[in-house]
Amino acid sequence: MTNHWVDIKNADLIFVMGGNPAEAHPCGFKWAIEAKKNRKAKLVVVDPRFNRTASVADYYAPIRPGSDIAFLGGVINYLVSHDKLQHEYVKAYTNAAFLIDEGYGFEDGIFSGYNEEKRNYDKSTWKYQMGEDGFAKVDETLQDPRCVFQLMKAHYARYTPEVVQQVCGTPKDAFLKVCEYIASTAAKDKVMTSLYALGWTEHSVGSQNIRCMAMIQLLLGNMGMAGGGIGALRGHANVQGITDMCAYSQNLPGYLSAPNETDKDRTSYLEKRTPKALRPNQMNFPQNFPKWFTSLCKAWYGNAATPENGFAFDWLPKLGGPGDTLAIFHAMFEGKINGFICQGFNPLSSVPNKKKVGDALARLKWMVVIDPLATDTSEFWKPHGEFNDVKPAEIPTEVFRLPATLFAENSGTFTNSGRVIQWRWKAADGPGDAKDDTEIIAALFLRLKAMYAKDGGAFPDPILNLTWAYTQPAKPSPEELLREINGKALADVVDPKDPTKVLVKAGEQLPSFAMLRDDGSTACGNWIYCGSWSQAGNNTARRDNSDPSGLGQTLNWGFAWPVNRRILYNRASADVAGKPWDAQRTVLKWTGTAWGGNDIPDMRPNAAPEENVMPFIMTPEGVGRLFSRELMAEGPLPEHYEPFESPLDNNPMHPNNPKAKSNPAARVYKGDMEAFGTAKDFPYVATTYRLVEHFHYWTKFSQINAIMQPEQFVELGEELAKEKGIKAGDKVKIRSNRGFIKAVAVVTKRIKTLDVDGKKVHTVGIPIHYGFKGATRPGFITNTLTPFVGDANTQTPEYKAFLVNIEKA
Amino acid sequence: MNMNRRQFFKVCSAGLTGSSIAVMGFSPTAALAEVRTFKLARATETRNICPYCSVSCGVLIYSTGDKSKNSQSEIIHIEGDPDNPVNRGTLCPKGAGLRDMIQSKDRLKWPEVREAGSSEWKRISWNEALDRIAKHMKADRDANFIAQNADGLTVNRWPTMGALVSSASSNEAGYLTVKTLRGLGVTALDTQARI
Repeated sequence: MTNHWVDIKNADLIFVMGGNPAEAHPCGFKWAIEAKKNRKAKLVVVDPRFNRTASVADYYAPIRPGSDIAFLGGVINYLVSHDKLQHEYVKAYTNAAFLIDEGYGFEDGIFSGYNEEKRNYDKSTWKYQMGEDGFAKVDETLQDPRCVFQLMKAHYARYTPEVVQQVCGTPKDAFLKVCEYIASTAAKDKVMTSLYALGWTEHSVGSQNIRCMAMIQLLLGNMGMAGGGIGALRGHANVQGITDMCAYSQNLPGYLSAPNETDKDRTSYLEKRTPKALRPNQMNFPQNFPKWFTSLCKAWYGNAATPENGFAFDWLPKLGGPGDTLAIFHAMFEGKINGFICQGFNPLSSVPNKKKVGDALARLKWMVVIDPLATDTSEFWKPHGEFNDVKPAEIPTEVFRLPATLFAENSGTFTNSGRVIQWRWKAADGPGDAKDDTEIIAALFLRLKAMYAKDGGAFPDPILNLTWAYTQPAKPSPEELLREINGKALADVVDPKDPTKVLVKAGEQLPSFAMLRDDGSTACGNWIYCGSWSQAGNNTARRDNSDPSGLGQTLNWGFAWPVNRRILYNRASADVAGKPWDAQRTVLKWTGTAWGGNDIPDMRPNAAPEENVMPFIMTPEGVGRLFSRELMAEGPLPEHYEPFESPLDNNPMHPNNPKAKSNPAARVYKGDMEAFGTAKDFPYVATTYRLVEHFHYWTKFSQINAIMQPEQFVELGEELAKEKGIKAGDKVKIRSNRGFIKAVAVVTKRIKTLDVDGKKVHTVGIPIHYGFKGATRPGFITNTLTPFVGDANTQTPEYKAFLVNIEKA
Repeated sequence: MNMNRRQFFKVCSAGLTGSSIAVMGFSPTAALAEVRTFKLARATETRNICPYCSVSCGVLIYSTGDKSKNSQSEIIHIEGDPDNPVNRGTLCPKGAGLRDMIQSKDRLKWPEVREAGSSEWKRISWNEALDRIAKHMKADRDANFIAQNADGLTVNRWPTMGALVSSASSNEAGYLTVKTLRGLGVTALDTQARI
């Protein structure tokens, strides 16, 4: 979230699309209700189902799964054509005025530079025109036909209310009503917050769904405001923290892009990742990349990371290709992965196309499951009737199952969706011989290290030299680890302007990432967490919930990254002169000598307004991007593409261009394309979702949750039920081109049949939480049905829009 | 009234509600005859966080025993932490069932192995499990490690090993897992962030 949970109470409009927080994030959603109750805020919901969030909304509009960009593109068109913009904000704080390369273009659904064979783009034209002064050219009148504002206006002029109705199935008057609500927050003192979750991410165009909302919030001047911003309502209690630690292939902790095969050495690696400012006077904060990266190398390799060996740059593995979950399981399916560690993860349930995932696991030599629970994945080889129809004798995978403790049985931090890092204390020991994850990882590592020290083997250096200075090497404590993540000075850190002034003494914990250096004198395991355990101690354990501003900032509760800032881009909550757009909700203001207010400034503290340092300090432009340059896979402006399994024959936006039917830049593996079904055989749209009583594939192991929602069901509208002769309570079989599940039918008024592009489209809703293990009734795994294709940028699978057929079982 | 949560329970255990005590002007130091005390008054209270969704609600975990070295703690109750500024003491139907998840009959208690082609689990010791896994890892890393790619660029990666890292574990556990995996040369790793 750019803002945080409690801040939702400061909104005038809460716009929920792509999420259902009343059921998936109930205790956070309480703040939306507080906003309604205390400041007469409005709640507007757009969703394929009239869900429980919709049931308490002021207005609800239905939409066909997978058509969000058409809807949101329509909103952008409405705002621009009705002049509902926060003009000063758009002009000063976005790249609306920036001129775009003459070679950039868009024709019939395809942007300039497309390579059909490789399914990707040469993005060299998706860039700014550069002036002779080395900075991007701008036209502050916003009239130049090549400026971002004009290109954006032309791009979305096609998204008329009629087109929205045609593509989304949303009645035109309902769409316009939603537009009116949203447009009302273009006023300087009116603020909308957007809440979304997997309903936006789990599409082959997921990232661009969210880009649309980023653009809308910039056009309305809502980014950086209290009660504004974009609320990515994330999944697990610590999915934010584990993302920050970058437990995924393409980044190192703190979102540092990992080295790949194009990075020859440290110098060229750093050069590529250290941008130059694109406008004068901008902070261009990523210019500090070398300090963050070098400090990480020092945290991992200590004294062995020296200037002579490029701070052990070569010891970091270089990526040879994608390493996301879909890529891992595809490689496994092809027999290219031999060993697999599965820690607190149940991929047989949670990865699309269960058959493919099971077959992939069966091709491993060995798998190690580290988990508190007996997951479905750990028993992929075991027959569980028709729910898991396998033959153990044919599966050679050796499977180890190691018992881990869970949240109540160990200490350490979780980072919530609002980026607040909070310490947890251990309450009890785990059952039996269960061990903490840290202890299990340490035990494996120390064994490997001992073997490499004794017997040698393939390139032992990065193993033998990995820092492991924990008091008990076999039991690294969470306190020691958080101190390492925060970082410390290895030598005295001095003021660059006055080398006689020591800012941090050697050996001391660092107070903030401003102290990081690229000469090896600082170590820091994750620069964005710097300050979480400073010399003052464990700041994540702070429990002062006082709230002097009344905005809910609670700056002394836990520690928010970065530098305890609660609202990102908060400089944008004030006008160019530094005066808050809305004095009732002051986040930041210029006091004459410094930035002050109710948050940690997202700005150099002494940057006077006349210096023109713009609020979006993490971009080299200094401004928010309406046009995303070369940073997205499928285009610099979001465009509607159909889901890979669509009920329509073509993309109604581009009916004559089959290349532009679905995301032209999405990666589709051979075999998976063939496994897509068509509307002829699978005429109904399916979307997966979550229940308030369950969390993913986890609460099915809890007796009380199993009692509350004991069995797999599917939800279908009355019209479809009547057509198929299905009554509530009937057992039904749902098939996709990848398999089938059986479930109890729930016939409801909550899902309506929509008129889309001249045809009736029925949607079937499928909860995800069940499987053959646990306290719930043994059942099928929903992801038996889902397609193995992901978003072109993140590779998040398209769980939310695919095709099925349904019949009485 | 100046009293902490535990004292408050003790006062309330006399059978009156907290608010009525306040209205009647009792101070917590007033000697009230104890008829029966709530179990929670004798329990140890530990602050933690619900592991389910990203609201990350503060919870109070009540366990028997006082955490002294020789006493076994058993979790007997979990409720929302009223001090937490986000959830303010509330829990949803997921979080309200936390104790049943902790005490699920499906909790793993000891290491097990399912041998190739076998149709059952076999209990093994931690030492045997860790030794076998470490040997597998070293053999595979030594056999498949790529020091340089076809163009002669140093890449130092172990391509035949995959890992999924839990989003339900702490930052500290996640960091240590990432550091270790990268140290071994693993590049095929991911987490629930995108799933």
